[in-house]
Amino acid sequence: MAASVINTYADPSMPEWLSAPHSTGTSIMACEFNGGVVIGADSRTTTGAYIANRVTDKLTRITDHIYCCRSGSAADTQAMADIVTYHLNFHKMELGEEPLVQTAAAIFRELCYNYRDSLVAGILVAGWDKKKGGQIYSVPIGGMVQRQAVSIGGSGSSYVYGYVDANFKPNMSKEEAVKFVTNTLTLAMLRDGSSGGVVRLGVITESGVQRSVVLGDQLPKFYEG
Amino acid sequence: MSSIGTGYDLSASQFSPDGRVFQVEYAAKAVENSGTVIGLRGKDGVVFAVEKLVTSKLYEPGANKRIFHVDEHVGMAVAGLISDARQIVETARSEASNYRSQYGIPVPLKYLNERVSMYMHAYTLYSAVRPYGCSVVMGTWTEHDGPQMYMLDPSGVAFSYFGCAVGKAKQAAKTEIEKLKLADLTVKDLVKEAARIIYLVHDELKDKQFELELSWVSAATRGRHEMVPRSVAQDAESTARQALADIDDSDADDM
Repeated sequence: MAASVINTYADPSMPEWLSAPHSTGTSIMACEFNGGVVIGADSRTTTGAYIANRVTDKLTRITDHIYCCRSGSAADTQAMADIVTYHLNFHKMELGEEPLVQTAAAIFRELCYNYRDSLVAGILVAGWDKKKGGQIYSVPIGGMVQRQAVSIGGSGSSYVYGYVDANFKPNMSKEEAVKFVTNTLTLAMLRDGSSGGVVRLGVITESGVQRSVVLGDQLPKFYEG
Repeated sequence: MSSIGTGYDLSASQFSPDGRVFQVEYAAKAVENSGTVIGLRGKDGVVFAVEKLVTSKLYEPGANKRIFHVDEHVGMAVAGLISDARQIVETARSEASNYRSQYGIPVPLKYLNERVSMYMHAYTLYSAVRPYGCSVVMGTWTEHDGPQMYMLDPSGVAFSYFGCAVGKAKQAAKTEIEKLKLADLTVKDLVKEAARIIYLVHDELKDKQFELELSWVSAATRGRHEMVPRSVAQDAESTARQALADIDDSDADDM
């Protein structure tokens, strides 16, 4: 390599956030309810310790009825979401009908697995289709795929597994599910340094998606010591 | 045959002045010489029946099968040149398998049909190849979409059918199929009807020996394409023979 290229990793005079990759050190979640799925995410994107974006949208549209929650490298997951969107649009034209959530998950899995050595991506694929209704597929690093009734992901998720296990009920109403996701994400954001900002939500049902946001001062209150 | 000697029938990549592609028409002729194949789509599944002409007594029973599994849920019955047909089966199988590994679900028949049709059509376009000398019928049953069936020509054209017939006696078979209330019949009834039709249209004078091949894919097989079990097939076959004997008897009475 040419000597003029500065190795920012080795240079201690360079601030660390100049060279660290953007990553969505994240709290994401998806939860089935009796008419579809609720998806949610925090809004923090970090470059090392620096908050590169405090109002990020990590809930990304794949089709009108399929969304994904992204965690890991922002660049990797955005590129993957674009690729899957392209594939599903193509597939929709060939089939003449809305693609299945399972199909979207399978394409994410294929990418995640084939490029497992170079990708940093943990994705929740969630949506509604007329074959199986509301569904969530978790596609973690390495390229596994697993359907789950409720799923959490990102660095913040480690702090709230117990909360989710204790509070998830199958067949909740939409309102219950939205409350549950908001609470879980708020708790995760409070404990996890790389999660924070606002809670972004999406409710996916037969009629499409309903987006909403819970601003920082409207988040539910919990014990903070 | 007005086409012969004009030179327009030597290549699949050239039209005749009146807008025909003779090579494709000849391929269709190859199918017309084959044993009859019928496909019936009932209310709970699809049934295939094939009149497999046995050209030599030295063949083992069950040799040169004409019904194939494309995937767990898709069956294919073929008419025409068997070796050409086997290549189509192979293509369909890899399409189905690729779809499964890419999208994680069984291939929808609509999609599979489109892919195989495109493949067959490609062989009607170039001078270096000849069209496939076979027609295939594909069928499936799924919980979500119910029974589906397509028939594909050497030209690459395919349609979805309630009932279809191809091969030597397709006209006679179609006449019989049209008499059936397909939408009301279950595969259990259809197997009997299919066997009866194949026995009825079989020309004993021209083709002495034949084997009846029967398969189905239905709600009862949980959407899996299977050969009809031996006991059920034998039952259908003896009913078919009986029906034929009854017709012969009544013909004799008329005399």
